[in-house]
Formats: sequence, structure tokens, C-alpha cells
Amino acid sequence: MDSLLALGSGFLVALEPINLLFAAIGVVLGTAVGVLPGIGPALTVALLLPVTFRLDPGGSIIMFAGIYYGGMYGGSTTAILLNTPGESASVVTALEGNKMARAGRGGPALATAAIGSFVAGTLATIGLAFLAPWLVRVAVNFGPWDYFALMVLAFVTVSATFGSSPLRGLTSLAFGLVLGVIGIDQLTGKARLTFGVPELLDGIEVTTLAVGLFAIGEAIYVVSRHLHAPEKPIPVKGSLWMTKEDWKRSWKPWLRGFGFGFPIGALPAGGAEIPTFLSYTTERRLSKHPEEFGRGAIEGVAGPEAANNASAAGTLVPLLTLGLPTSATAAILLAGFQQYGLQPGPLLFAQAPDVVWGLIASLFIANTMLIILNLPLIGIWVRLLAVPLPWLYAGILVFAAMGTIAANPSPVELIMLVIFGFIGFLMRRYDYPIAPAVVGLILGPMADNQLRRALQISLGDPMILLENPGSATLLAIAALALILPFATKQLRKFKAEED
Amino acid sequence: MSNLSGRRVDRPAIIVGVVLLAAAAVVAYDANNIHAGFTYGISPSAVPFVIAAFLAVLGVGHFVAAFKEGLPTPDEADWGAVGLMSAGLFGLIASIAFGGGFILGSTILFALTARSFGRKALIADIAIGFVLGLFIYILFNRLLGLGLPSGRIERGVLIGLDGVVGWVSGLFGSSAQ
Repeated sequence: MDSLLALGSGFLVALEPINLLFAAIGVVLGTAVGVLPGIGPALTVALLLPVTFRLDPGGSIIMFAGIYYGGMYGGSTTAILLNTPGESASVVTALEGNKMARAGRGGPALATAAIGSFVAGTLATIGLAFLAPWLVRVAVNFGPWDYFALMVLAFVTVSATFGSSPLRGLTSLAFGLVLGVIGIDQLTGKARLTFGVPELLDGIEVTTLAVGLFAIGEAIYVVSRHLHAPEKPIPVKGSLWMTKEDWKRSWKPWLRGFGFGFPIGALPAGGAEIPTFLSYTTERRLSKHPEEFGRGAIEGVAGPEAANNASAAGTLVPLLTLGLPTSATAAILLAGFQQYGLQPGPLLFAQAPDVVWGLIASLFIANTMLIILNLPLIGIWVRLLAVPLPWLYAGILVFAAMGTIAANPSPVELIMLVIFGFIGFLMRRYDYPIAPAVVGLILGPMADNQLRRALQISLGDPMILLENPGSATLLAIAALALILPFATKQLRKFKAEED
Repeated sequence: MSNLSGRRVDRPAIIVGVVLLAAAAVVAYDANNIHAGFTYGISPSAVPFVIAAFLAVLGVGHFVAAFKEGLPTPDEADWGAVGLMSAGLFGLIASIAFGGGFILGSTILFALTARSFGRKALIADIAIGFVLGLFIYILFNRLLGLGLPSGRIERGVLIGLDGVVGWVSGLFGSSAQ
């Protein structure tokens, strides 16, 4: 009941005409940037963050919500029409979606992705609205040791458990952690790893790292291998609308996608890849047309896209209630919150309920606007895909530079951006995941503070982490999640040798 | 690299391992130099030491990996194109650092990036980059109120813009006031 009342007042905030306008601008901007090849939701939010600098927190966070969902929608469009998924979570969408587009069924593929995202996103936002207050009540009783253990768990799952190589994932995380140490220590005021450079005292901006690693890194990577024939967008032919048969084959995958996406996204472990893959394999097993899989089955687009959106809304649960980002996008959203002096967590629900509930309400609104605006506008977005690569990347670089200097007009910031760009390029070249670095940068200092708070309470005894059942359990799960990929690798090797 | 194992050692993995060990040393050295002094509780150097140890473990992990599967072998890269794009990025930095301003910087960046992707129409790309930079500058300066770095071009633009605004408002002056 509390949720409904709070959500109602959130809608009053979100439905103010000016906030509706912000949501609409956010959705359009988010889609326009997200649809560009190679740009996923994380980068979309990072690039557009400076645009929201001058708005009040309420309005800008509502615009964020629109950018976030718009970026997701744009990303799936690119995956379907161009076969270049902007993030790992839409890899699965590209699998069947691109085949559908090649077979001249690009319209229904886009439609089922959009409507599925809407259905699953709406259900997941309802889930968020009901789960969040409950989790906040639990989280109020969390001690610093519990938070520390949660963050350790997030570190492990984001970097080691789900990636292709735990070694490379953990290395990426360590890179982010080192960057997180740079600057003035929040608890003691001591400068760490600043080497006397005054610009480093404030620490590394999450947006600078994200834009450098994602945007500049991607641009350098693409140009380094653009001789390897770039993909051409597939024109949308035929009807945009789904037939009765398409609807019949889509609605169950949408709901199942939500069933996979939301719970997994809401766990403080993150990763939209797992639910999308789970959804894909499930749909293939349950489909009445398994022969179509691999050649463009609509269930293979409907399910994973729904799962992707549901898990994106799910990651907002730990982000809003615990202040715990479990994806690169969530990390950047958190940076956005911090820009306005808002620290997500149980306290935010008490201190700024209108902002939190306004955000949740505007997620509904952004989702609805997406479907109203974007299905008819699909032709325009498709045309954006046809921007020639040279101008596209030249524009992306100029926008990236713009965002960075608008946030902090100093050459040092730009130099960092370019250095991160080269590191991002090398990470892509040798297949190091990017998200752990971004999560490490933002979560590292938080984990540092929580650990020290915990140890201050225990007078320096580290056993406090294991004496509390909550943190002990979480750390045990984290240890398990760390060992598991190594163990399965050994097991697989063992099996391979036996064969 | 020795001849005995030369073929089987993955050089990039060794380099990453060395970088990680070096980073571990730098982090540990810096943590060692933090004088906690009169602060109470846990020293701010505790976590950096843990991170340094973590980096060292990962460095050793890369050495081990170098003798096993190594890092994934990347595709052949077009280093000329990478160089051109880098030149564009450094051009931007130089323009901002030495007072050339945002518009000049973004023009250089846009033109060189487009060229790195194989476009030959340099003059056209310079023009597009200039217009894009100009547009962004005016948007940020006037609508969002965020000051992007200004050089001669930007000062000229602002004077020109004020002139135009003054002229236009002069036309409608009597009704506006």
C-alpha cells in the first residue's frame, strides 16, 4: 500500500508538463545516440550526462530514465538491423533478429523487440516499485560489513563469474580499483596516488573513464580494423506490423523473458547476459518451430529482448536501494546521481522520496513514450544507421570531447580521456571486458570506506566480517563465485583429456 | 625471449604481467608514503596495500597464462589509421592546452578522424567539423550556460553573435521593450 501511495505521488511529479518534456527529450536523445552502431546504453548515458548538468535533479534524473530506456531501444535496433550489438546483452538479440531482418522480416523483429521491451520493462518497473521499499527496510539494518561483503560479491560476479576469462575480468577490475584510489581519501583527507598533480586530487571522473574506454576506445578499435569490411544496415522491407501469428508466438517469450530478467537483474550480481542467454535457450527448447532457430525465429528476439529490458530495470533495485551498481550503465547512473549530491541507498528513500518515486514513475512514462514515439519513427532511426562511418566516428569523438571538457574544462581531463581511450582500445584488442573497470572505479572507494568503518567498529579486528552472518554468507558466495569459473575450466579440461 | 621457449611464450601476456607488477610496486610505494599521523582507526594505506597485492597476483597470473593459452590473438591492425586518429586527439588536446579553443580543436579532431576512416575530402570535412564545433559551442555557451574553452575564434563568434542578437532585437526593439 505504501508503494502505491508513494508511486502515486511520484506520478504527480513525473506528469508535470515540464517533466514530461524532459522525459520525451530523454527518450528521443537516448534512442538517437543508442541507435548509432557500437554505442550501447552505458555510453549513451555517459555521453548525454553533461546535457543534464544545468537541470534540477528531479528533471535531469527523469531525463536520464528516458535516455536509459531510449538507449536500450536504440541498441536493439542496431543489433537487429546491423548485427553490431552495442553491448553484450543484445548479442543474443542480434543472433535471430539479424537473420529475421535479412529474411525481410526486419519490421516484425523490431516490433516484437519494442513491444516485448515495453511489456517486460513495465512489469519489471512494477516489480521495482514493490520490491524497493521492502529491500530498503532490510537494508536499513545493514552494517558496513554487510555493505562491504555485498560489494565484494558484486566485484567478483561482474568481473570473474560471467566473462570469458576470469583473469582478464579481474585485471580490468583491478585497473578500476587503482583508479578509484587516486585522489583525496574521504575518511582521512590524505592524498593517494596523486603524484603531486593537483587535478588528480578530486579523483578520476567515472564519466571520463567510461567515455574514454567505451567511446574513444571503440573508435580507435573500429578504425584499426575498418579494413575488415564493415557491416551495411539492412533496409526494413515489408510490413512493420506483427501478424496475428507473430503476436501468438511472442507473448509467452515476453513474459518468460521478464521472469528470467527481473530476478537475475535484481540480484546484487548484475549481468544482463545470463538472462538473455537463458531466455534464448529456453525459447529454443519450447518453440513449436525449433527448425527456425538460427534462421530468424521471432521467439529468439522476443524473449531475450524482454529479458534484457527486465534485467535493466532489475539492476535499478540494488542501485536505488543499496547504492550498488552492478553494470556499467548502473555505475554511470550512480555517477549521475552523485553529481547532484544524491547518494542512492536506503536514506535516499527517506530524504528525497519525490526524486526516487518520480524516477520510478518516469520509468513507466519513458517506457510508454518509447513505444508511442519509436514505432512510427522507426524510419528516421534506420536512416541514422546509414550515416557514413567516417562522419559517425568523427562526430562521436567530438561529442565525447565536448562532454568531458564541459564537465571539467582542463587539458588534464582531456589527456586522461585520451589515455583511457588507448587503454580501452588495447582492452578490446586483447578481449578484456570494460564494465569491471567502470564498476571498480565507482565501487572501489565505497568498499574501501565501508571496510574501514567496519574495522573501526571492531577496533581493527577483521574477523568482524566473518562473525556477522550476513556478511559471512555474502563473502562465502563471493568466494564460491570466484572459484567456480576456474573449477569448471579445470573440470572441462579434465573431461576433454578423458575423451 | 629465449629460443627454447620463444615460440610458445605469449609476448602481450608477458607485457601485461610486467605492467601489472610495476603498477603493484607504484601503488605499494605510494601507500607506504602515506603518513597516517594522528588519524585514528584504520590507515588509508590499508586498502591500497591489498590492491597492490591483488595486482601482483594478477601479474603472476599473466606470466602463467603466457606459457599456457596466452591472450587472444588480435586481427591485423591498420596502424596508419590509428596514427591519424591519435593525431586528431592530440590536436584537440593541444588546441585546448595552448588557447586555440574548442572550435579549432573539434575541427582538427573531426577532419583527421574522418580521414583516418579513408575519406579524402579534407576541405569538406574541415568545414563540417568547424560547423559542428561552432554549433556545439553556441549551444553550450548560450543555452546550457556551460563555458567550453575559448580561443580567438570563440571570442570572435561571441562578439558576432552579440552583434546579431543586438541587431535583431534592435529591429524588434520597440515592441520587445
